Amino acid sequence: MSRIGNLGHRLYAGEVSYDFVERRKRWYAISAIILLLAVGALLFRGLNFGIEFRGGADFSLPNATCSVEDARTTAEEATGAQVIVTETASGTVRVQTEELTAAASSQIAGTLAEACGIPKGEVKVQVVGPTWGEEISKKALQGLVIFLLLVTIFLSIYFEWRMALSALVALAHDLVITVGIYSLTGLEVTPATVIGLLTILGYSLYDTVVVFDKVKENTRGVTGQSIMTYSESANLAVNQTLVRSINTSVVALLPVLAIIIVGAGLLGAGTLLDLAVVLAIGMAAGTYSSIFIATPFLVDLKERQPEMKALKARVLARRKQGRSAAGAAVGTESASDDDAGVEADASIGRRTESGPRQQPRRKPRSKR
Amino acid sequence: MAPPTSSNPLRLLVALGVLIVGLAVWAFWPGTDSSVRLGLDLQGGTQVILKPKPVTEGASITEEQLTQTVSIIRQRVDGLGVAEAEVTTQGSGDGAVIVVAVPGVNQDRVVDLVQRTALLDFRPVWGLYPAPPSVDPAADPSASASPEASPEASPEASPQASAEASASPDSSANAAGEAAPLIQADANTPEFQEQVAALDCTNPLNYTGGRPDDPQKWLGTCDVTGAAKYNLEPAFIQGTNVTNANAVLPQGGVGWIVSLDFDGDGAKALAEASTTLSALPECGIAGANPCNAFAIVLDGVVTSAPRFNEPILGGSAQIEGNFTAEEARDLANILKYGALPVTLEPVDITTVSPTVGNDQLRAGIIAGLLGLLLVGIYLLVYYRALGVVAVLSLAVAGVILYLTIVVLSKAIGLTLTLAGVAGAIVAIGITADSFIVYFERIRDEIREGRSLRQACDSGWIRARRTLLAADFVSLLAAAVLYFLSVGSVRGFAFILGLTTLIDVLVAFWFTHPLVVLMGRSSWMQKGSKWTGLDSGRLGGASVAGRRGGRSRRSSAETSPSDSSTKEVSA
Repeated sequence: MSRIGNLGHRLYAGEVSYDFVERRKRWYAISAIILLLAVGALLFRGLNFGIEFRGGADFSLPNATCSVEDARTTAEEATGAQVIVTETASGTVRVQTEELTAAASSQIAGTLAEACGIPKGEVKVQVVGPTWGEEISKKALQGLVIFLLLVTIFLSIYFEWRMALSALVALAHDLVITVGIYSLTGLEVTPATVIGLLTILGYSLYDTVVVFDKVKENTRGVTGQSIMTYSESANLAVNQTLVRSINTSVVALLPVLAIIIVGAGLLGAGTLLDLAVVLAIGMAAGTYSSIFIATPFLVDLKERQPEMKALKARVLARRKQGRSAAGAAVGTESASDDDAGVEADASIGRRTESGPRQQPRRKPRSKR
Repeated sequence: MAPPTSSNPLRLLVALGVLIVGLAVWAFWPGTDSSVRLGLDLQGGTQVILKPKPVTEGASITEEQLTQTVSIIRQRVDGLGVAEAEVTTQGSGDGAVIVVAVPGVNQDRVVDLVQRTALLDFRPVWGLYPAPPSVDPAADPSASASPEASPEASPEASPQASAEASASPDSSANAAGEAAPLIQADANTPEFQEQVAALDCTNPLNYTGGRPDDPQKWLGTCDVTGAAKYNLEPAFIQGTNVTNANAVLPQGGVGWIVSLDFDGDGAKALAEASTTLSALPECGIAGANPCNAFAIVLDGVVTSAPRFNEPILGGSAQIEGNFTAEEARDLANILKYGALPVTLEPVDITTVSPTVGNDQLRAGIIAGLLGLLLVGIYLLVYYRALGVVAVLSLAVAGVILYLTIVVLSKAIGLTLTLAGVAGAIVAIGITADSFIVYFERIRDEIREGRSLRQACDSGWIRARRTLLAADFVSLLAAAVLYFLSVGSVRGFAFILGLTTLIDVLVAFWFTHPLVVLMGRSSWMQKGSKWTGLDSGRLGGASVAGRRGGRSRRSSAETSPSDSSTKEVSA
């Protein structure tokens, strides 16, 4: 732990720095492969929709004494059609059938309860019409569009449109990956999954907003100096918020993991578990994208601006010159400060905030 | 950028304390129900989600139709005598659905009840009595009911009004049992008349409706407002014989009327009945038995009881009275649709047994506690003393959330569903993140050379902005989810939005003041390794090292990289 704590400092000071922005081509490539897989899976495999989307009936028999086979035979005889029977770790037998009328479902619940030795009142029954899923999906889509519009407006005002666009790209990235994983693994998509997916919207953006806030702070007045390019400032911001990002992800994932553990152990499939699984996937993707996708994409957008291009040229030119003169300067001054090396690096981060104010107006004594 | 809050951390803590005590008093006020209302998935029961469809293809559903449907269903569900049954609409227009949630009742009954098209029939009035039960109704002239049983009084008794009345808490309280069975008999025997006389029309259960009558038998029942009591002959026309009904404002007429069209059988029956009935004397408290009015009976109660002025032979009739536009329309709708102005398709029926409900609630609570525990341990190990603040903050947020849910249960009938519980658990992480953002900012400030006291304030000013922006996005997501969704999504979104607001409150009124107070303590200033702000963790930039001021920072400012830039400018 304490090593992570220390890492936090070194990241902040710029002693340790990961090239999130510089190597963005690599991250893009990785994400592109994952996204291709996701889209491919979606196109060729599709999604495994739960009965809420297909329409059908679902009977849960807690503490059933019957075997899966017994339940299947009973249900198939009663409905005259194929049924899906599963058993969860907690001993609940779950029977899914085609769509039934309310009366028929009640009758089958009775038959199953009898076969499995539990009172009829204990059976959890859900009967869903085929249009219901459509309804939910339509609402979810509507919600998504309106949310995206509102959030784009907000981010454009609070930050700028480039940041808003980058945040949305990262968001789309997270959603596609999450949906793709559902398609690849064949996990059942229920309304709870849709809720979870919509929650990822908020979470992914929340994460990105925190990182962008630091980027915004670091790059304020970036054009007024010639020490760092925009991409370097942004990269420093990502590094500086890296510890927070890691901590946040851990802290957000812990309760979700708790739900998965308790859900799988005590309840079996259900709202809680469905929700937790989709959140776990989405949160992981959200953290990844706020670091590896959102900021690099923002830098790509920003460095197209003429003033950022000019800044980059200026910084590079200055570095070229500086490198030739630096040797002598370090020799004369560093003796006065014992951990100068560290502090020198640390001051890069600082100087970008205060801009040119720290530039000396006079030549140092030694050179006068 | 002056730190506005640094001077009065105690005041903020006191303010929060007052808020919590206030919430607690409201939540646990003696004599009120201070439990959290649980959704059906947590307490067991049946939930039916119904999708209303317009009766005619391609038409759209109006708000009025929705309201009317909800009141009719509510009426029927209340007839079950179950406390806390809920009928709500979610969404609007064509996307609207009606959610019926009935605790502790089995599925068949609820589905049957809500989906059934109500029974509508037309019966000749044999006798009209005042509402309070009296032994000899005919000898009691002091009735408050309108003597003519004219429709004037009845349209006010639109289903909506009666539904509101019956949904009031005291009606559900005395609805511990179910309403008395309908008083019906094969013939108008003295026994039957006695039963009718004994019927108590002041008891809301007896005029709530929801109990279809047998049209072939005599019926003793109340007016939909409970203002009058009727002895009715077997039905002469049934609701299915009505082909059309409209509210019309006749040219030159004074008030709205309801025009009615009947099919062949209906027209014939109407012609016969009206010929016989219009020849009879007027109905009245002391009036004749039988008399010249007919009653429109919906689900076992009298909706309206107009009298026949003349024989109606053409198969279409008009009901006159001093109707307002709305009253006329309501009556027309009742006549036209056999009570439900829309057809209802059950799209989702869920029955949860109380055992399963309990299990789900228990699992939710265990998962929540486990999540809190894991997050607490992580925060304590990583942030040490600040972690204690974070854990306390989470605890305070938890208490406020619980109290708010209790208060909202009371105030707006909020029910806590499994999805809501999940929302609260997920929110633990998002709430804890606010503290992480703040703590990391404090550490950054200390690394920059600020003293602990300064860092607590300046770190807050920066973190505050980030927090507000990030929480605003979360809140936006929750709000959009809430307003555009149905079913369990709403419960989830509501709790998520609520926790986001509580998160902001706790960060501003608890976490920050507490950190500021801690920052003033000498123990924190010494920079022990248990503060979480020691030199080992901040890379030589501990609290203790920096307390004195800016000496190191100023040395850093003249460091080599600075001088190298000087070189360049030389």
